[in-house]
Amino acid sequence: MSQANQKNIRNFCIIAHIDHGKSTLADRIIEKTGLLTSREMQAQVLDNMDLERERGITIKAQCVRIVYKAQDGEEYIFNLIDTPGHVDFNYEVSRSLAACDGAILVVDAAQGVEAQTLANVYLALEHNLDIIPVINKIDLPSADPQRVIEEIEDVIGIEAHDAPLISAKNGINIEQVLEQIVKKIPAPEGDIDAPLQALVFDSVYDSYKGVIIFCRIKHGTVKRGTKIKMMATGAVEDVVEVGYFGPGQFIPCDVLEAGMVGYITASIKNLKETAVGDTVTDLNNPCKEPLIGYKKVNPMVYCGLYPADGAKYQDLRDALEKLQLNDASLQFEPESSVALGFGFRCGFLGLLHLEIIQERLEREYDLDLVTTAPGVIYKVHKTNGDIIELTNPSNLPDPSEIDFMEEPIVKAEIIVTTEFVGPIMKLCQDRRGVYLGMEYIETTRALLRYELPLNEIIYDFFDALKSRSRGYASFDYELKGYEKSALCKLDILINKEEVDALSFIIHSATAEERGRKMCEKLKNEIPRQMFEIPIQAAIGSKVIARETIKAMRKDVLAKCYGGDISRKHKLLEKQKEGKKRMRQVGNVEIPQKAFMSVLKLDDE
Amino acid sequence: MMNKTSISNKSISVFKRQMGIYIHIPFCVKKCSYCDFLSAPAEADTIKAYVEAIILEIKASHTEIVVPVPTIFFGGGTPSIIEPQYIVRILEAIRDQFEVEPEAEITIECNPGTVSLKKLLAYKAAGINRISFGLQSADNIELKSIGRIHTYEQFQDSYEMARRAGFDNINIDLIAALPNQTIASWENTVRKVIDLQPEHISAYSLILEEGTKLYTVIEMERTNGFDRIPCDDNEREMYYLTNELLEKAGYVHYEISNYAMPGYECRHNLSYWAPDHYLGFGIGAASYVGDVRYKNIEDIKEYIKYLSQTEIIDLSKIQVDVNQLTTENKMEEFMFLGLRRIEGISLKEFYKRFGVRYESVYGKLTKKFIEQELLLHTDDRIYLSERGIDMSNSVMCEFLF
Repeated sequence: MSQANQKNIRNFCIIAHIDHGKSTLADRIIEKTGLLTSREMQAQVLDNMDLERERGITIKAQCVRIVYKAQDGEEYIFNLIDTPGHVDFNYEVSRSLAACDGAILVVDAAQGVEAQTLANVYLALEHNLDIIPVINKIDLPSADPQRVIEEIEDVIGIEAHDAPLISAKNGINIEQVLEQIVKKIPAPEGDIDAPLQALVFDSVYDSYKGVIIFCRIKHGTVKRGTKIKMMATGAVEDVVEVGYFGPGQFIPCDVLEAGMVGYITASIKNLKETAVGDTVTDLNNPCKEPLIGYKKVNPMVYCGLYPADGAKYQDLRDALEKLQLNDASLQFEPESSVALGFGFRCGFLGLLHLEIIQERLEREYDLDLVTTAPGVIYKVHKTNGDIIELTNPSNLPDPSEIDFMEEPIVKAEIIVTTEFVGPIMKLCQDRRGVYLGMEYIETTRALLRYELPLNEIIYDFFDALKSRSRGYASFDYELKGYEKSALCKLDILINKEEVDALSFIIHSATAEERGRKMCEKLKNEIPRQMFEIPIQAAIGSKVIARETIKAMRKDVLAKCYGGDISRKHKLLEKQKEGKKRMRQVGNVEIPQKAFMSVLKLDDE
Repeated sequence: MMNKTSISNKSISVFKRQMGIYIHIPFCVKKCSYCDFLSAPAEADTIKAYVEAIILEIKASHTEIVVPVPTIFFGGGTPSIIEPQYIVRILEAIRDQFEVEPEAEITIECNPGTVSLKKLLAYKAAGINRISFGLQSADNIELKSIGRIHTYEQFQDSYEMARRAGFDNINIDLIAALPNQTIASWENTVRKVIDLQPEHISAYSLILEEGTKLYTVIEMERTNGFDRIPCDDNEREMYYLTNELLEKAGYVHYEISNYAMPGYECRHNLSYWAPDHYLGFGIGAASYVGDVRYKNIEDIKEYIKYLSQTEIIDLSKIQVDVNQLTTENKMEEFMFLGLRRIEGISLKEFYKRFGVRYESVYGKLTKKFIEQELLLHTDDRIYLSERGIDMSNSVMCEFLF
């Protein structure tokens, strides 16, 4: 393909609240521009992880280059970046936005503006992107495009009267979107003759090519043989290949020029040499300073990940390293637990991120994992003036050494139909929320603002929100800062032995109730054994809740199935398999799912 | 393909050991609600065709060498509902094919109410010398609740008939922990049975098997908060009571659920637990020959069709779940089957069979269980303690590799 003139390039992404149809629109754009025939289209081309297709969410930003012949007769190159919609993945959105010049904002014609619509718009505005609103799902019976257009203008404050009214699912009015991309999104303005300056917005590892760097060329050019330097890490490599993104494949080309989005390979074997957000330049003709990367995202939720089979520790480490390569927000360091052996304390952006990573480890790397209760980072101020950032409850110093503790607080925005305002406010109060205010988006929908302790929302807040609003509430939050709080460590003792993997930090006002619930839950999760097992919740040496698992009375098969010994053999094998999936703590066998089950203590 | 020998044909000629024989007669008047054994409705044409097929199967397992047969067992289903001449013909076929020992134990399972003196005399004449009655309970309401077709009084008649026909080795099957059963009603059942002085008593506990009618009903009741099944504590009390009453009456408790007057232990079942080799004929019947365990197919139509319409019968065509046992499998079986016997396993026998010392294989595990007082060790034998019997599955499963 001939090198494109910069004025015929459009770099853009699609942003939306989850489920508003972002990935479907991406598919339709790819299909309309003739890159794939309808037959080749698999629903949601860009969501290429199995997990993404199954859950119907986009986790990783994806990138594709397409060619569009516009009504003005010219051919345009579109670099489309699909972004995740969930609050946990804002960092992915942020990274993608840095590579774009504009954004398509998809809003559901029935549901209207939601919490993440707002959050994503704020992000796009921070990056000075031009935003094209698009009203999707107009073919739904409940669609009310006029109302939604007014909402966009009133709540977000961007013009929406000429927003295309589309159905991505049924391919209605997609042309209008394509034309608006051409007309309303600015062409990139980079200097081809300036020194190379390219922003790394993602990277993946390929066992043949090594690290593949995804980048937006801001200025200059890069081609095979260019000696590149990573400005942050200082690594220097010879470029082996440059190219752009076909759907699901890499297509090599001769050169990448200013304004383009593409990839670079340079036989980079060490994952650590390429940091997402870094700037690539030409060693022999370097640019003066690096581009502003994106604000480094810090994990907000921590938990222990342990291999179910202790021998798989090294496999888990390798898998985490691979995942970390294109998920800079994933952090981990080795730790060990009396109950669970060797594993890693891992940091995540939120509970969904944790679940996604856990599922990817289990599926893509075939690992069986045990997860400990997720927690946040607490600041422990010691009497000697030291401040500890605590991510693992087991490391909490002796109470006598603690002056006070602080916990992270978030500012949350919840959009909900007015009939559910009551239950949602009750929920927020139960979770120690501080009410900041409420605005009406329209007569039937309200935006609630709360300050909430992060540790109250990482477990099951989202589920609780959904169940109390029949699925209609949407939710977004950002970290506000740390506040002093009356926190304590809740320990669980099984058969009089403290199980470190079950300890967690909690506000003292809710400790007793939580302790009681955990004991109840564990009582149901741990099967009866040959002896009686007390389960206790304790703060320090004070026991605040107790349950007892009665000894198993019998485990005997009265009959022997005649001569069908194989049947008996299979029964015993199954029982033995069941034992293997248990963790031995003292004399007690604890099923691995018990460690996870205490994470979700339903309040309803 | 014409000359392909089936596993059993070949194995029999290779392993010149004696073998028990099991014949499966799947027919029932009505399936009991707790039963998950293979059964079929009793239609005259099907019965006839099935018996012919069994005889063909027996004949197809021919061999040049002579296999001594110490035990034969007709199980079901309800073997006693088919015409006695069918049983006689099957026995004849077995005698033609194998060397049935003169002192062989030959058992037939009978359902109370399905036998007549004539039938029993025919069995006797054919050489059957042991009758096993499925009584289950002496309480007519309990019998009804599990879908049995007979009353206790009908059982008494059948039992008396068997005695009159000259049977001096009779077993009575009982089931404890039936729906709504109390410890008192169970004690009543056991005492009534003791009064009859059968030579052998099997006392099982009800197992709710998935897929049975009773399982579905009980599960539904349980989700609604009812449970008619006696709790584990009561079930164990019934078990201990059974042991106590039967031992006092002179029975030897020789296997977890089996009791016999001295010398009347069921030789056929003992061979399963040894474990020794045996051949099963009929649908779903299990066999253990050489190092191989397998089962016959369960589809009665297919079974009949293959055997009646094939000129040169290849038995492997009706065999499924063929498992070649490794030495480890055999050790596992030796343990979990042997531990079902009250006297447990013999260390010398272990060495004789496997050529390695027991301690080198299971020493550590055994030590643990002895410390937990689940296993006992005296001289040459390892066996379950009383608590070990209660928890026998937990113990046995750890003997698997």
